[in-house]
Amino acid sequence: MSDFPETFAPRARQWPLRRVLRSAPLSLVFYLAIVGGIVWLALRGSASMGYNWQWYRIPQYFYEITDQGFQWGEIPIGLVATIGLSTLAFALALVLGLLVALLRLSDLVVGNAVAVGFLELVRNTPLLVLLYLFYYVLGPIFSLDRYWASVLCLAVFHAALISEIFRAGILAVPKGQWEAAKSIGMTTGQAYRWIIIPQSIRMMLPPLTGEMVHMIKSSAIVSVIAVAELTTIGRNIISDTYMSFEIWFTIAAVYMVVTLALSVLVSRLERSFTVKR
Amino acid sequence: MLDRTPIIDIRGVNKFYDGFQALTDVSLSVFSGQRVVICGPSGSGKSTLIRCINRLEEHSSGQLIVDGTELNDETRNIRAIRQEVGMVFQQFNLFPHLTVLENLTIGPMRVRRASRRDAEATARKYLERVHIPEQADKYPSQLSGGQQQRVAIARSLCMETRVMLFDEPTSALDPEMIGEVLEVMVELADSGMTMIVVTHEMGFARRVADLMVFMEAGRIVETAPPEKFFTNPESERCRVFLEQILSH
Repeated sequence: MSDFPETFAPRARQWPLRRVLRSAPLSLVFYLAIVGGIVWLALRGSASMGYNWQWYRIPQYFYEITDQGFQWGEIPIGLVATIGLSTLAFALALVLGLLVALLRLSDLVVGNAVAVGFLELVRNTPLLVLLYLFYYVLGPIFSLDRYWASVLCLAVFHAALISEIFRAGILAVPKGQWEAAKSIGMTTGQAYRWIIIPQSIRMMLPPLTGEMVHMIKSSAIVSVIAVAELTTIGRNIISDTYMSFEIWFTIAAVYMVVTLALSVLVSRLERSFTVKR
Repeated sequence: MLDRTPIIDIRGVNKFYDGFQALTDVSLSVFSGQRVVICGPSGSGKSTLIRCINRLEEHSSGQLIVDGTELNDETRNIRAIRQEVGMVFQQFNLFPHLTVLENLTIGPMRVRRASRRDAEATARKYLERVHIPEQADKYPSQLSGGQQQRVAIARSLCMETRVMLFDEPTSALDPEMIGEVLEVMVELADSGMTMIVVTHEMGFARRVADLMVFMEAGRIVETAPPEKFFTNPESERCRVFLEQILSH
């Protein structure tokens, strides 16, 4: 009995300030103070270097209303290209990732070795080097243009990460599910298709969203081989206008809006998955 | 009364897990329509033995012949045998992402290529037989343990197998649900199904078994008809085991 008060003592002695610090209004104040500080520093810095802010010139890169009517600007066009590129690469990465995961989970010694070799090779190469390999080495050999070199490079890079997500999701399904599937006569393929994969998808969805967000962000790297997409467009506008501050802030914000929207969408989707059960 | 060739013929089977011998020279013949109950202390190899029969475990040596087909590395044989031998697990192992009805139809539809209509008709017939026709559209997680195990029995029945294996089917159940599952199993036995049951439910064993098997340390120690097994077992170890589990 004497142990009881002692066990609970820390709660009574809890630092009262902690509760104050955790309150929502105070968090907001802190947040605003930090953001305000960063903005102030940026403004002061730009002022001291005599930066000439020209935000009014930004909207024309989103849309223009000319004699022909409404026209999309360069940034939305770049964004569509980025999303197209990322989606295509992601679709390929899903297929390749599943293949690698299944190879790795199989009892085939060769398959396993191939999968592990692929994983280690891709995971231990910087993305930029991988891109150069695809564009300057594999490109001429397989006559890939810069667009397909980029798509394949991104697909291969993310397939390695996605295959680990698949593997973890598949391994998280209890062994009894395999045994039940086999005991009703299913082949390994049927068990995967009807029993294992449907159950692991729910577990894979959050990390896969993370990978899609990651993909959209890492697609910016293809600007180094001048594939037309959001970051390349940003660089082009800057080389015309020298508005590097405004344009990079804008481009970053556009990426953020897209990736945040994606996260919200998937968390909705996830909820509808759980309600079904 | 019984066929002369056994439907399951186990001849001198050994099973090793690295360094540890789980089964030692096990031989057992089960004939069509026979109900065999296997009992013994935990770790005696009962589950391992019946899991070898549908190749959830691989035996290391000896022969295992099911319905004239020998179990070996031949994938075709393994699948053929699994379609003749159903299994009910201790932990039910229902498919949680499928409704009860889908749990029952997925085997016939995907493995036996039955049409959805036929598969659903069969499924409803067997749900009726395990006394839960009204639960067809629920998910397994919405059912009690006893109901889940009865769905698992129905799932196995839907494959219309010739033999059913039960691996401690009531061990994971709350006491008040054991009765409803055993009742279904007794009805199944009365319908003439060939059954091999690993269980500690001696009341059930007495009621349905044609043959009692006692295992200890990976060996079959005693094989006897129930009247002799329960009243006058030959081995001392079997006598002690029965005293222990029947005394409470």
